[in-house]
Order: sequence, then structure tokens, then C-alpha cells
Amino acid sequence: MKQPSARGPVSELVLGIITGTGPAGAALAGLSDAVDEALESTPDLLFDDDLQLTLFCLYELHYSGIDGASTDWEWNPSLIGARGKIAAAMEQRLRREVTLSELPAATSEAVAAELFRITGEAGGPSMSRFVAKEATDEQLREFLINKSIYQLKEADPHTFAIPRIAGRAKAALVEIQADEYGGGRPARMHSALFAKTLRELDLDDTYGAYLDTTPAITLASNNLMSLFGLSRRLRGAAVGHLAAYEMTSSQPNRLYSRGFKRHGYSEDAREYFDEHVEADAVHEQIAARDMAGGLVEAEPELLGDVLFGVAAALYVDELMTVQIMDAWAGGRTSLLHSGAASTV
Amino acid sequence: MTRIPGDARSQADDDAPPLEEAGASIVAFPDGPLLVRGDFELVDPDGAALPRRRKTVALCRCGASGLKPYCDGTHKQIGFKATP
Repeated sequence: MKQPSARGPVSELVLGIITGTGPAGAALAGLSDAVDEALESTPDLLFDDDLQLTLFCLYELHYSGIDGASTDWEWNPSLIGARGKIAAAMEQRLRREVTLSELPAATSEAVAAELFRITGEAGGPSMSRFVAKEATDEQLREFLINKSIYQLKEADPHTFAIPRIAGRAKAALVEIQADEYGGGRPARMHSALFAKTLRELDLDDTYGAYLDTTPAITLASNNLMSLFGLSRRLRGAAVGHLAAYEMTSSQPNRLYSRGFKRHGYSEDAREYFDEHVEADAVHEQIAARDMAGGLVEAEPELLGDVLFGVAAALYVDELMTVQIMDAWAGGRTSLLHSGAASTV
Repeated sequence: MTRIPGDARSQADDDAPPLEEAGASIVAFPDGPLLVRGDFELVDPDGAALPRRRKTVALCRCGASGLKPYCDGTHKQIGFKATP
């Protein structure tokens, strides 16, 4: 991934360390204190540009890497320590915020019923209805840019959970992921379909191309998936998070497709959304009953974390939707730089 | 795959599913679609194959899908009930 620009002292420190632009020794020694200080002074970690970008870059070392950063940094103890502090603060922030109602029985049937109930009641403004009926061409582009941070590596964070679970839940997760990765056909990978949509709108389909203009809350939505995916302890939350995504996708994607059709975009541009209508109608059943329900039946102690993963996914993505739609309602861009959604 | 006499792996055709999983299964999901997995053909009344883009498919049984014969999740909007 292209090196992003720093957004504050901590991300400047980390990017300097991993790209070798500063003396690593002193910077590494000061990193822990710098993270502590930033965590103490931030009004809200979920909206903190410096800390969310730092976390995103530290996680990215485990995905595509960062241009100019040696692969040796991936498991550097000081960087892992800094990552752990920010991740722990983010988990605490969400555990405080997200309240779980009474837990269902630890059976596949009860878990599936509860997941369908929670995802069916998810509140907040509807991005999909807005996109279908009202969004301008510029807003469609911003919508894609905000999505591009995740969708160009769609499915990757949850894949980390595969070796951490077993049996029925594992088979279900793999069945979903195999479909996400195109069932063996590279052009059908969901990330490839999304890249095609970007190209159809003359946007840049390079992974991370729009990172610098992406607001903190969009990075937080991405970091949440890595936080869950990269921790065995949080495997229940990773599974819950994926279930929440699969179970809130079919109908919104139908509406997204309608919005792009309204603006005259081709079937090629809309294929990503059309594919998700059909795919996620399959995935949501497998995700609720076999993956989440199967995991809870095998490891009943994970029930609370599965539901936490669902609730955290819905909560953070609602914050993201609110921020983007508030910006649009006020006649502003949802991105950090106006004009960023212009064509390449 | 190179066939080596006596090698257990050579006993099944390369593309065949494991013997114990041969055939197809249909799972009736409560309040939802019929999920079809395994080795099956989906055809129109004349026997022509219907467009199919994935191994496992969800078939509409609420009647309201805009993607028939596939499910598009509309059963949740219309409050479709079925057990199982």
C-alpha cells in the first residue's frame, strides 16, 4: 500500500520508524509514551485521526504491507506493543458503549433467531435508501471512496479467524469466504468486482489510493475487523462481526444498485452490488446458523463475544453512516479533502 | 493427479466430491430460503440450465424475490414465516 500522510504525532512517529526516515531507536523508545499520551488526551478514539491511522498502518503490516517499510517491522515488539494499547482502548470503548440484551440459549437455533432480530432492528439513517433515491453523482463517488478502504480487501480480516475455529463453524466460514474470493475465479472475487465498479466511475482502483482522504471513523470501521480478526481471544467477535455484515447486506445492495442505475451507470458498474444481493442472501443463512450458531454450540463461552461482535459492527458502521450523511446534509464533503472524489 | 496403484487418493475421480458427500442436500431455513448444496443442476422446464454463479444457492420460497429462482432477502421485509 502507498505510504499515507501522517495525521498527528503518533502516526508521524510510526511512519517515520517503519519507513526509515528517522532514527528508529529513539523513536521506538518514545513510542509507548506517545501512544499513552494520545490515548489520554483524545476526546474519542473512534474519531481520532492520528490514532486510527496509526492503528490502520500497524495492522496493514500484516496485510499488503506499506511501501518503503521493511517486512521486518511486522512483528517488532515495540510496534506490537503500541498496536496492543490502541486496540485495547478501542475494545474497551466499544464494550462500554455496546450493551447486550439478555443472552439467548447457546443453541444454533436461538443464536440465529437473536442475530436476525438484532440485525433486523438495526437503526440509524439509511445510506442505502438515500443512495437509491437522492444521492448526487459526487456523493456516489464519495460513497465508493469510503467503502474502498475495506472493499478492495473484502473478506481478508475475517479469513484470519479460520484456523481459530473448528467443525461446523469453520466449514461455514470457509464456504462464505470461498464465495467472497470468487469460488476460484479471480475476476469474480468481490474485491475485483468492487475494483471494476471504481474503474467504471473513473476512480482509482489501487488498494489504499484514497486512504489520505478517508475520515477516522471509516478507518475505525476497518480497524475493528482487524482487531477481531487478528486475535484468537476475540474469534467469537470476528464471527459475530462477519455475521452482522452478511445479514445486513442483501437489501441495501439492491438499493445501492438502484442508485447507480438512476445515474445511468452500466451493469458492469453495478455488478458488485447485484452480486451481493444474491450472494448475501445465501451467506446470511450460513452465517447465522452454521457459523455463529455452530461456533456457540461448540464453544458456549463465546456466546457473549459473538453478540458483542455483531453489536460493535452495527454501532461503528452506524457512526460512520451518520457522519457521512450529516456532512452531505450540510452541503459538505464526507472526505477530508474537497475534490478528492474527482475522477482520476 | 498422478494415479499410483494402491494410493487411496487415486480411487476417486479428481473432480468428484468425497464419496460420503456425493449428491445434493437441501436445507429448509426457518422463515427463509431453501439452501441447496452439492452436486445438482438447476434447469428451466425445457431442461436448459439456469444462470448460476455459485456452488451453493438459496432458492426463494416466499415468492417475493426479485431474483427468482434465487433468494434476495425480501422474505425478511414481508415477514415470511415457515417452520422449518
